[in-house]
Amino acid sequence: MQACKNKCMPLFAIETENLSKQYPHGFLHLKKKTSLEGLTMQVEDGEVFGLLGPNGAGKSTTIKLLMGIIFPTAGSARILGKPVSDVTVHRDIGYLPEQPYFYDYLTAAEVLHYFVRFHGYSAAERGERVQKMLKKVGLETAGKIQLRKYSKGMLQRVGLAQAILHDPKLVILDEPMSGLDPVGRREVRDIILELKNAGKTILFSTHILPDAETLCDRVGVIAGGKLRGVGAPGAIVGVAATAMEIVFELPDRRIPPDAIRAKAAKAGAGYRINVSENELYQAFENLRTAGARILSVTQIKPTLEDFFMELVGQDRAQAAAVEVSAQ
Amino acid sequence: MSLALLVARNTFREAVRDRVLYNLLLFAFLMIASAVVVGQISMDIETVVMITLGLSAISLIGLLIAVFTGVGLVSKEIDKRTLHAVLAKPLRRWEFLVGKFSGLVLTLAVNTAAMAAGLFLALWFVKHSIVRGDAVVLVAVYFILLKLMLVVALAMLFSCFTSPLLAILFTGGLYFAGLFVSELRNLQTTNLTPQMQKLFAVISYVLPNFGNFDVMGAAAHGRAVAGMLVLHNTLYTVLYCAIVLSAAAMIFSRKDLK
Repeated sequence: MQACKNKCMPLFAIETENLSKQYPHGFLHLKKKTSLEGLTMQVEDGEVFGLLGPNGAGKSTTIKLLMGIIFPTAGSARILGKPVSDVTVHRDIGYLPEQPYFYDYLTAAEVLHYFVRFHGYSAAERGERVQKMLKKVGLETAGKIQLRKYSKGMLQRVGLAQAILHDPKLVILDEPMSGLDPVGRREVRDIILELKNAGKTILFSTHILPDAETLCDRVGVIAGGKLRGVGAPGAIVGVAATAMEIVFELPDRRIPPDAIRAKAAKAGAGYRINVSENELYQAFENLRTAGARILSVTQIKPTLEDFFMELVGQDRAQAAAVEVSAQ
Repeated sequence: MSLALLVARNTFREAVRDRVLYNLLLFAFLMIASAVVVGQISMDIETVVMITLGLSAISLIGLLIAVFTGVGLVSKEIDKRTLHAVLAKPLRRWEFLVGKFSGLVLTLAVNTAAMAAGLFLALWFVKHSIVRGDAVVLVAVYFILLKLMLVVALAMLFSCFTSPLLAILFTGGLYFAGLFVSELRNLQTTNLTPQMQKLFAVISYVLPNFGNFDVMGAAAHGRAVAGMLVLHNTLYTVLYCAIVLSAAAMIFSRKDLK
């Protein structure tokens, strides 16, 4: 175990070392498909960690390995200082599966009562917690309807409710925003922030990048079954500005001066140009000479999305290259 | 309450809310009612016909529920991924299996009791009395329940490592093979090699002996069933179910879920 904090709590809520998963496939299961390769990462106690990646990148595989739903081919993982094979650690974990599905014949209140019983609360506490949670996820009026009549978004809310019903220390959410409308997404974001403020550790997977940028202390980007980078959402893509955007307008509907005409693009009544930091003063000089009025100057930084797309692009290029060489 | 009991309670609730179950029960009651009619046109042996048909209906409906629901107990939870949220609780996989098994056995016990009550009602309707000798019908019903427990355990075992369709076929096949265990043991094997003789002997002891649970003839003719057979069948079922469920738990505990 890592160094201890107060009362010897594990420093990392989640630790994985060289975690790998291969699935057998093909005739007689003789071939192996790698879903996750050598994942080594840590999620610190009390942080919100986002697992990002395109579909099929290995995010859900990672989460299923952590929850003991599937077993690793190699490597190990620990949650709250205990190996993932130890189910007693599940007392302190709340888990929302991807596209959750519950028993059709139960109502939301019955499902929550069923799940909360696993944590050994008294009847009074159970009733109180279930009511509170139904209210929190906006299902208090639908609590007595059988789940077979629920929409995907409503099931997602039930899933979130059962994950945090027992006030866990660690919350693991697999695609929590999936299937939700903008209002639902906002509510889930608020719940995640509330959990964060209450000192919970949160690991969630998503491919909705603005959510990750808004909520996460750190993100890990997975692509092609490999961890491609870990860090704060801003730091992971590099802090240096790649360009400066200048928005300007010219009097009497004049066209931009020759020096910048090729780079200028129409933006409303004015124009917009992107220049590097080195070219900035020269561009100002050209615009001043032309009598332009500068409306705004903005630093353009690469977003998480740019970083994400670049990785995906690299993977696709690599896959295509492998395919060509195999031919 | 133990965690396995929580799962059992939920499994029972699932079964109680399943409309298919009520359709099957209705079918069983219709069969018992038709036994009354058939009994009335069977001169002098109306009770024999009624008990035979009634117990057959209880057994058949019980088997259908045991095989189809037993296979679906685990495979449906895996397919629909309802299991993911359940296994995220502090619940061991073997506890889940034991809970599911207990829940379905409880359902079968309630169903079998309801159908047996229907049979006794039909008997009373025809004979206008229930005598002490009819208690052997209860023993026959108890044996049907024991048989169903074995079938559920086998269905769960197969559903842990194969597709639902194959699990149904394997369970059904093993059930029919298990009806002929006595014949297999008494088979003339003198013409076979010693190795083959040993193989037949081993198979006859490994196969579940469903023939031992059939006391329908005795029940229909009011013949008593030996207490030792009741004890033997009870212990046999408990031991066999424990072995089969242990094997199922070993497989299920290492299984990657979808």
